Amino acid sequence: MISVQQLFQKPWIWSYVGAILIWLATVIFTSGQGGGAIISAALSFATFTVIVGIGQMFVISTGPGNVDLSIPANIALSGVIAMKVMAVSNGMIPIGIAAALASGFLVGVFNYSLIRLLKIPPIIATLSASFLVISSAIALSHGIKIKPPTMLADVATVRYFGIPLLAVIVIGFAALMSVLLSRSLYGRSVLAIGQNPRAAWLAGIPVEKVRFATYVLSAVLASLCGVLLAGFSGGAALNMGEEYLLASIAVVVIGGTSVAGGKANVPGIWGAALFMFLLVTMLNTFGASAGIRLIMTGLIIVGVITIAGGDEV
Amino acid sequence: MVAILTNPKFLRSALPGISFLVLLFAIFYLQPRAMSYFGMNLMLQYAVPIALATIAQMFIITVNDLDLSIGPFVGLVACITATYLHQSPLLGALALIASIAAYGALGALIQWRNLPSIVVTLGMSFVWLGIAVMILPTPGGKAPEWIKALMSVKTPYIPFPVIAAAVIALLVHLLLMRSSFGTVLRGAGGNPKAVARAGWSLMKTKVIMYSMAGFFGVLAGLSLVGLTTSADAHIADRYTLYSIAGVILGGGEFVGGRISPIGAVLGALTLALAGSFLIFMRISPDWQIGAQGAILIIVLALRALINRREG
Repeated sequence: MISVQQLFQKPWIWSYVGAILIWLATVIFTSGQGGGAIISAALSFATFTVIVGIGQMFVISTGPGNVDLSIPANIALSGVIAMKVMAVSNGMIPIGIAAALASGFLVGVFNYSLIRLLKIPPIIATLSASFLVISSAIALSHGIKIKPPTMLADVATVRYFGIPLLAVIVIGFAALMSVLLSRSLYGRSVLAIGQNPRAAWLAGIPVEKVRFATYVLSAVLASLCGVLLAGFSGGAALNMGEEYLLASIAVVVIGGTSVAGGKANVPGIWGAALFMFLLVTMLNTFGASAGIRLIMTGLIIVGVITIAGGDEV
Repeated sequence: MVAILTNPKFLRSALPGISFLVLLFAIFYLQPRAMSYFGMNLMLQYAVPIALATIAQMFIITVNDLDLSIGPFVGLVACITATYLHQSPLLGALALIASIAAYGALGALIQWRNLPSIVVTLGMSFVWLGIAVMILPTPGGKAPEWIKALMSVKTPYIPFPVIAAAVIALLVHLLLMRSSFGTVLRGAGGNPKAVARAGWSLMKTKVIMYSMAGFFGVLAGLSLVGLTTSADAHIADRYTLYSIAGVILGGGEFVGGRISPIGAVLGALTLALAGSFLIFMRISPDWQIGAQGAILIIVLALRALINRREG
């Protein structure tokens, strides 16, 4: 049994504390109305952020400079591919998902090859790759929004007693990823590389193989997010991935993962994703304008990273 | 002669100029009418704000950081210019000075807490956008007459954008590459510890570099509004990508303070031309962004090849 004191030493606890405080402030403002509905919506929307956030967490954990900027483009392309292949037919759902994941896999391989072959920083590599990826999405869809098959839309939106099915599945998935991070050879290798790539290499860890796997994992998760998001929002829109560039990085940082690499945790990503959604909901409830919402979102991220600090020198 | 031409060092520094000329001659071949005062003016108009934003990004890259907020920042400057600077010049000027100061403060914050610049600037991009949306919720505003007049000036023989780009490149080159102070600034990117040991304040260099970035970001916004004559919060969203791509095309390295102001301006000109080139090639607009990504990757690949030969 974990004591309260131990709990408060976990780096991820603060994202949950923040989320609860913001929820309370909102509910007090509305004098108790809609508190349950807000949580239900938060679970729904946070799910997508968590999926890409986990991929981004593994990438960021491999050390300074590692970040995947191709996630938004990847989400758009996978959504478009999945909807095209499925063509509003329930029977084609598995094939559509497989096609989208395959495209994500290829994007991941492409990202890594650019990093490795051209010896350029991951930021530049994933950014350059994202130009090609988003262009492919534009060319494939011609800006037309194709509807998802009914069964996919149902699975992505169904709730039991207000709790979204997808959120429950992704909570389970996050638990699995948490085990992968802290107990598996792969997860341990990621953290070791993040702490000291040279020491990790000398200790016999296949550094490049692990980095390859990490970029592929992030890309495949972005693809999965794209498919589910298209099912959830009634079709694949080209701009549906845009907000996930900031969101994927923000949830990692707010969740208590070190941006310097080598220190990571999965629970914080859920807390941070809920926090981010509840923050926007609170500002909406308070009647803040779009400008204020943007400013607050930005300031909170800068504030959190300032308090958390960079890597200790 | 051949030895010089195949020397990796020479090749690397000539690459930006070569890629620019290759693209220019390809355009002349496809569309001979572009080879005129009017044609060049039209194709390179927007090169001036892109070049200024690229220089801003280059200052940040010199100290091993990356600015993901320069696009929205240029957009904010455009909004301030088309509203406050037009209606009450003093208030507008103060707002622009304050935004440069804000950039300097960001540099201080990043240095003080040793923060990753991409997270901070990604967060700030939302702040800039938010302020811009509050100033100008819908596209509009009006550019001050003097900026409009400056940006549409008809210089004899050589189009204005070419002259402006050359002046920008030379000034920044003199400041960063030829002065002793510029050497220290670049050194802060090359070997921060050595620069600190030698008695220079890293905090000061970072604040100066970020302020310079803010200053050139403001110039980019001013010149952009001079061309478009009205503003919108999202007017410069793509400038973040343009500026990073411009520095890369111009031969800047991402770490170690190895940069080239002349190359960066050439990179910005190349990007501006790439748009026209893709139109003349009749490449579908769907693939425009992709083609720009492809050009970037090709240039990076060429550079990787040259670097390998240098060993």
